[in-house]
Amino acid sequence: MKLLTGNDLKTGFVTWWTGADWSLHIEDAADVGEAGEAILAAEEGARRVNAPYIINGEATADGPRPAHIKDRIRALGPTVRPDLTLKPADPAAGDWVI
Amino acid sequence: MYKYDEYDHAMVDARVAEFSDQVRRRLAGEITEDQFKPLRLMNGLYLQLHAYMLRVAVPYGTLDSRQMRMLAHIARKYDRDYGHFTTRQNIQYNWIKLEDAPAILQDLASVEMHAIQTSGNCIRNISSDQWAGAAADEITDPRPWAELLRQWSSFHPEFSYLPRKFKIAVIAANEDRAAMRLHDIGIQIVEKDGQHGAAFYVGGGMGRTPMIAPLIKDFVPLDDMLSYAEACLRVYNRYGRRDNIYKARIKILIHELGADEYRRQVEEEFVHVKSLGIDPPKAEFDRIAAQFAPPPLDASAPDAIDRSDPDFAVWVDQNVAEHKVSGHAIVNISLKPIGGIPGDASSAQIDLMADLAEKYSHDELRVTHAQNIVLPHVRKGDLYAVWQALDAAGLATPNLDLISDIIACPGLDYCSLANARSIPVAQKIATRFSDLGRQKELGELKLKISGCINACGHHHAGHIGILGVDRKGTENYQLSLGGSGAEDVSLGTITGPGFDEDGVVDAIERVTDKYLATRTEGERFVDTFRRVGMAPFKEAIYG
Amino acid sequence: MVEHIHSDGEEPAVTLDAFLSQSNATAVRLEPDEDARALIPHLDRLALIEVAFPKFRDGRGYSSARILREAGYAGELRAQGDVLVDQIAYMKRCGFDTFAPEKELNAADVEAALARWPEHYQGAADGAVPIWKLRHG
Ligand code: HEM
Ligand code: SF4
Repeated sequence: MKLLTGNDLKTGFVTWWTGADWSLHIEDAADVGEAGEAILAAEEGARRVNAPYIINGEATADGPRPAHIKDRIRALGPTVRPDLTLKPADPAAGDWVI
Repeated sequence: MYKYDEYDHAMVDARVAEFSDQVRRRLAGEITEDQFKPLRLMNGLYLQLHAYMLRVAVPYGTLDSRQMRMLAHIARKYDRDYGHFTTRQNIQYNWIKLEDAPAILQDLASVEMHAIQTSGNCIRNISSDQWAGAAADEITDPRPWAELLRQWSSFHPEFSYLPRKFKIAVIAANEDRAAMRLHDIGIQIVEKDGQHGAAFYVGGGMGRTPMIAPLIKDFVPLDDMLSYAEACLRVYNRYGRRDNIYKARIKILIHELGADEYRRQVEEEFVHVKSLGIDPPKAEFDRIAAQFAPPPLDASAPDAIDRSDPDFAVWVDQNVAEHKVSGHAIVNISLKPIGGIPGDASSAQIDLMADLAEKYSHDELRVTHAQNIVLPHVRKGDLYAVWQALDAAGLATPNLDLISDIIACPGLDYCSLANARSIPVAQKIATRFSDLGRQKELGELKLKISGCINACGHHHAGHIGILGVDRKGTENYQLSLGGSGAEDVSLGTITGPGFDEDGVVDAIERVTDKYLATRTEGERFVDTFRRVGMAPFKEAIYG
Repeated sequence: MVEHIHSDGEEPAVTLDAFLSQSNATAVRLEPDEDARALIPHLDRLALIEVAFPKFRDGRGYSSARILREAGYAGELRAQGDVLVDQIAYMKRCGFDTFAPEKELNAADVEAALARWPEHYQGAADGAVPIWKLRHG
């Protein structure tokens, strides 16, 4: 599957395209098929996202997962600071990242 | 320490106003990211893996307690309660919001700090010897020279769109604690006929094509230094390669021209530039130098240290260095606790170090290129109190220059250019070698890790270097041996095929075992490597 | 004075090669990789030198401009091409006095940019008195 990701222009936070909007959570990400370029152009133009790009992903029981380790780390947060990730209370949250 | 006058304040304030306006225009959609990027980079603002990252300059690594507290304040108020000290004597914050950036720069300006030219293809923060003004082996304090260069290079109209970034280091001792010859320009202040002048080494660097800077001019008098630097830069700006970002650094130009031809062109340009009258008079140097006057240290302070607490004694032996004034010492604070993140410090730790500087070190701190902090002027009689406070804050790891005093770039945990993570590797190595007796047995061993070929972690200059690479989507680590960023500068040699994370830790253990078995009396690891060469180590690693 | 140029109806600038080989043109265009010093023998018959900035990141034109001013060129020195508002203050310091940006600049932004810097640390080609000189009179 193809996923869209970028950073929020104002906050810089990593965001994922849900099909209608941008979310901080990879679980909300939608498969955009071939529509990626067009969506990115429109969304970047409207400043709803900064420096966006298209990645390969995989559908899993827990939701979409980026194919590349870099975007998996982006999706959760630094592997060396679990307290700063999106799921600080869940010790197993990072199991799929590496 | 240098104090801003009305002009310095006005310049930094103007920059804050300018950047605030640029941020406003970006947020309002008046400029594109493509246009905004070089502007934010010249103010130290990157877009990194998780958010914007702000790199704040600590010019020549020197700061006072008020400035240090401001760094803690920024971490607390705008970031996530910590900062990362880097090999270029800067501090980086990893979770900055673009909309907060103008306010942060304003806060910094209020304590005479900034993020100007900490990124971008311009002249970057000038780095220097972290022991400047305190080291027993320096011929003079290099920082007035560095400050002169800082002012000259700030908002330089001709050199703000260079082919590539440009890094300058200035030292004034024979021992090189600033990796001087691995900079685009490395300056060593030397003495000739009773005068101080600048030896210019030009064209060093790391990255994918590491090079050691050749000597271009052995003695440039103070009166000519800025003209000479201007000539060096103009030749580069005009003729440095712009067709390929990987060949755009000055080291490639000098490599392609040859040092002699580059020198000839610089000399020719220098004759012209010198006629323009751009060198400040001696009075300006004296004005700056007066602000770096040595603090009032009492040379009759007692030299003896009460070593009755064994943990304290271990720390003194490893982390405390001789000061040029008797009765005093240089305290090196390790930001490398075993299993910690090299170079990271919490707001509370930053505040504590500021307090100690104020109370015990004439209000001065330094950031080192090895990602540690220095209290440069501590009375020996105060060392125990300093150690107790550091120890209580987890800042008294006695491992300076030992194998666990690892330089590591942020790597794939934070950096969008990374191929592999650096920090977990550093943590595993430090944990494997956590026994202090074992570390001391290995002696001075500089281990440096970069998460990609950009070499921010100085791996080429590590006695042991580790480079993270991407091997078909998985992290892989190449090992190199025999580099040095010190006065015995050299570039490491790759051992052979790479390893996974645990594999590289095992390989290092085999290398250190081999060293212990091979060394002769008094040899450091790198000395043994230079004597026996790669073969025995390769044999030990790969069988 | 700094002004915006709308280049209708003026004599077109010729290439450096054309200028050097024959022409009695009084306007020449300098590309980033061309040596500004080649013009030095001819400065007194030039009324306009247009320095090209095909990409704003390519900073060679800043050196070209200074070299020309340092050699005494007193005619019009124009920055043409990918010239952005955030660069013109530096360009002016390097000796440019007119700008022909490919994309129209907002006049108020231009004004603000040129008024931004109260003083300057270093001497350049705009005659500004550097801060060190102000400090020491
Ligand atoms: C996380 C954001 C960072 C980015 C995007 C980044 C980017 C880069 C790049 C692209 C280069 C190669 C330049 C070239 O070869 O032309 C480089 C070199 C370097 N960086 Fe970084 N860096 C980052 C963080 C750091 C940190 C944290 C440090 C200090 C620990 C650092 C210190 C250096 C040094 C010392 C070099 C080598 C200089 C040389 O090539 O001569 N950088 N960096
Ligand atoms: S070496 Fe590579 S991974 Fe490490 S900080 Fe530099 S660019 Fe990032």
